[in-house]
Order: sequence, then C-alpha cells, then structure tokens
Amino acid sequence: MPNKTPDTYQELIKGLWRENPVFVQVLGMCPVLAVTNSAINALVMGIATFFVLVVASAIVSSLRHLIPSQVRISTYIVIIATFVTVVDLSLQALLPAVHKELGAFIPLIVVNCMILGRQEAFASRNPVILAVADAMGMALGFMLALFTLGSIREILGSGSWLGIQLFGAQFEPWVIMILPPGGFLTLGLLLLFFQWFKERKQRLVQRLDELEAKS
Amino acid sequence: MGDLVWIFISTLLINNFVLAYFLGICPFLGVTQRLDTAFRLGLATIFVMFITSICVWILNNYILVYAPYLNLITYIVVIASTVQFVEMVIRKVSPTLFRALGIFLPLITTNCAILALAIFTTNKGYGLIEGLVYALGSGMGFTLAMVLMAGLREETTLAPVPSLVKGTAMNLIIAGILSMAFMGFAGLFSAG
Repeated sequence: MPNKTPDTYQELIKGLWRENPVFVQVLGMCPVLAVTNSAINALVMGIATFFVLVVASAIVSSLRHLIPSQVRISTYIVIIATFVTVVDLSLQALLPAVHKELGAFIPLIVVNCMILGRQEAFASRNPVILAVADAMGMALGFMLALFTLGSIREILGSGSWLGIQLFGAQFEPWVIMILPPGGFLTLGLLLLFFQWFKERKQRLVQRLDELEAKS
Repeated sequence: MGDLVWIFISTLLINNFVLAYFLGICPFLGVTQRLDTAFRLGLATIFVMFITSICVWILNNYILVYAPYLNLITYIVVIASTVQFVEMVIRKVSPTLFRALGIFLPLITTNCAILALAIFTTNKGYGLIEGLVYALGSGMGFTLAMVLMAGLREETTLAPVPSLVKGTAMNLIIAGILSMAFMGFAGLFSAG
C-alpha cells in the first residue's frame, strides 16, 4: 500500500490493532505483566500511561527543533520523568488504595520502552497534531491490551470482574492466574492466538490469490 | 548478619526480580538467544546495580533530603550519567573488560530493574551495606534467570517446534513455567 500524505486518523487507529504496542510490537512488557492481576489495576495503569505518553509526545514534538540530537534521549527521559512524577503524586492524593497496590510500577512508567520508543520514532520527527494522534492511538492500544489481560486474569484467578463477583460459591478460583506465572502464561497464550490469527489470514489471502490466478 | 543473609537469599530466589516482579523483561526476552551473551549481560547488570545502590545511598542521605519529590528525575539522570562515566573509565583502563561488558552498559541504564532497585531500596529504607547486599542479590537473581532462560532457548532452537509457537509466545510460556518453579522457593524459610 503506497503511503499517501500522513493522515491523522490513520495515525490514531494504527496503535489499536495493526501496530498494537503489546500484542504486535511486544513493548513495555514489565507493567503489562506486573499490574494485570486485576482489571481495575490494569485500567488505572493504562490511564496513567496514556496521560504520560500523550503529554510527553506533545512536548517533545513541539520542542523537536530545539533539542540537540546528541542529548535527545536524556532530554526525553527528563520530560517523561517529570510527568510520571505528576501522575505519581496525583494518584497518591486521589486513589491512595490503588496507588498502594500498584506500588513501584507507577514510577517505573519512566522506563517503559514503549513511551521512549514513540518519542524517538515518531514525536521527534512529526508535527504536534500527528504526534498527539499517534500517542493517543498507541496509548489506547496499550490500555486495551492491559485491560484484556487484566480481565482474563481477574475472571479466572479470583472469579470476579472489576470487583463484581461473577460466579457462584462453587467456583474454585485458579489462584495461579493472579500470581506471577499466570501473567507469563496468559500473555504467551494471547500472543499465540494473535500469531494463529495472522497466519490464518495470510493463508486465506494466498488462497484467494491462487484462485484469481486460475480463473 | 542474619538479616543480610536473609535479604540476599530472598531477593535472589523468592522475590526474583525477573520471575516474581517482572522487572527487566525486555533483556530477558530480547538478549537470551545465546548463553554466553546472557551471562555477560547479567554480570554487567550486577555491576551497574552496585553503582546504582551507592548513588542512591548518597542521593538519599545528602541531596534528596531537601527535595524528596524530585527523586525519580534525580535517580534517572544521576544513574545514567554515572554509568556513562564508569563506561569511559573502563574503556581507558581495561579494554578487555570493556569488550566483554562495555557494550551492554548504556543499554542497562534504561532497564526497569535498575530504577526499580533504586525505588525499592528507598522504600525499604536500607542503609549502605544492606543496599549493596540487596543489589548483589537482585543482580545475581537477574543473572540466574537470564542464564536459565538462555540455556532453555538454546535447546529449543534445535527442537522440532511448530512454526506457530516459535518466538515470543513460546518464550513467555517457558518463562511462566520457570516462574512457577521459582514459586516453590517461597516455602524455603517459612517451613523452617
């Protein structure tokens, strides 16, 4: 597909599915695995990452002509760290219970490679509007992935969803799902599913091409 | 003394940085194709963790007392620049050591395990000696996980695995099983 003029809408939706940061690019794995033991934690983490990524992208993109390229990475990190501090302190004030549960993983947004990757690969080369659209798309994709993973693990691991009990008393929760191994296994199986989906689509396209060549 | 041993064992096995806290997953999945690279990256990480823990102790005791809310930014900047400086020193002093470990040093600085070490040491209120033992334990735990993973992956490259499963999906499932095995260590001390 020839790439025409960059389209804001295209930049926005590519992060959701086609270039999903978690399922396709496998970036930012630490929070993905660590905070997804319940859907609400995953959601809060997703929102925090969304805020940091969007604001940092907007700032990096508007300063892109001023940042000397030798020190660009450190500059990005300082910008990101500033907003992570803002998020950390706000969460501590607004949602102390969730903040306690997420623990060190809110400050660790600073070293989420997805955020730094977007600054380096996109925000530092594109105008503000496109950079914000790209950041929003990627962050939404990230949030979606976190929420999916968190929901699966919470439903299987504690039999509830967003804190609401789903099954009767006879349901025996799979405790392993909310423990560390469950994170690895769930993500592994999800990636497997995505891989299968992709190969199936490729085979379909191939078959269609063959049919067309015959007729 | 008993406390220090406990800190060491618990970070090495029970609260392993990679398999229980999910820190440093990027190198864990990315740099474990070969056993010897994984091992060298692990050694370099232990080294950086040592420097980090010294830096954090100095910062916490002498500088951040005046502005605790700036801790995140300070850690990142100070750790990154110190590691850069050490890298230059090593390159001058010992080119052999630099060839073995040097290329990994800048990479490791942005590894989440390093920042996490800084944050955990602060949260737990460790002093200098405790911090160093904690750094050693978590660094060795990281190396252990890396080496185990690399060994398993070297074996699986020759195994007849369906193409669908090959790649990150299989690695994550292997990691899950490893992590399950490490959970067994949790009973190591409570039983005794």
